[in-house]
Amino acid sequence: MLRLLPVLLLMAVTTLARADVENVYDFENLSQEQRFQKLTEELRCPKCQNQNIADSAAPIARDMREEVHRMIREGASNDEVVDALVARFGEFILYKPRVEKRTLLLWATPALAVFVGVLAVLVVVIRSRRSGNTEPALTAEEKARVEQILAESDQEPKA
Amino acid sequence: MKRFFLFLPLIFALVLGVVLFAGIGKDPTTLESALIGKPVPDFTLASLHDPDLQLDNSLLKGKVQLLNVWATWCPACRDEHGDLLWLAREQGVSIIGLDYKDNRDEALGWLNTLGNPYQTVIYDPRGSLGFDLGVYGAPETFVINAEGVVLYRHVGVVNRKVWEQTLLPIINEARGNG
Repeated sequence: MLRLLPVLLLMAVTTLARADVENVYDFENLSQEQRFQKLTEELRCPKCQNQNIADSAAPIARDMREEVHRMIREGASNDEVVDALVARFGEFILYKPRVEKRTLLLWATPALAVFVGVLAVLVVVIRSRRSGNTEPALTAEEKARVEQILAESDQEPKA
Repeated sequence: MKRFFLFLPLIFALVLGVVLFAGIGKDPTTLESALIGKPVPDFTLASLHDPDLQLDNSLLKGKVQLLNVWATWCPACRDEHGDLLWLAREQGVSIIGLDYKDNRDEALGWLNTLGNPYQTVIYDPRGSLGFDLGVYGAPETFVINAEGVVLYRHVGVVNRKVWEQTLLPIINEARGNG
């Protein structure tokens, strides 16, 4: 029993911590809560730069979560919430950059890379086909010699 | 043409090298403020020294000033405090303080002990103005022009090097234009 004590204590502490996170924000309906979760997952914490504001424990992330919560409760749309936070913290906080002229290259890069890759493969394949059709790898004479050599090596006893 | 294709990987590597090299030494934790070129957000907050005195945006108009966000819980703020005193007393810079998410008694005690470099201190216990300014870590120092528009934000400690190399040129230019 004494051995189990630290484990039980640890479990008690972790459930408390979870309860704390889940009980802070209450919503009128499920859709509001889902929007809150989606938004806080897509917004980046300016302090802990590799975390979204849903996961970050930084005080600024908590303030941002509270603002998202307040705005959703007051009936703001997702765009309005994101705009309000971008006006304060800049586009840095968008994990999902907006599609506009400036970010076009960013969004197009994956498609461009696939396109260039396919193009390269096509060029290689077409070229090898073409060269394969015009000149066979071996002339008839060479083929005959290969067959002769192979036949000879088959007859030779293995040492 | 075929020979050109042979050099493609080399060209690609060189371009990648240049792009990556440009990023070396840059501090990714300092972000440019989203408010540059925009006025300081509207606020009405009490003064730190006089709880009955309400301060607003007019405080940040009329001349080029620094707006320094600080708190007693912030170690780096203590670090820069000596240099802020030097700026205010030796260089004649007007600094407005924003006491961010702090306790009034502790903040007053801090200024009494270490000296007060601020013309006025805005008391923002809930961090509302700080949030509107996009403050994500004290200390932060904003350069505000005579129209109350944000010209620049420095994240981190202001020391003499930052003052001479970054803040002073911006302030001089703002004074020249204003």
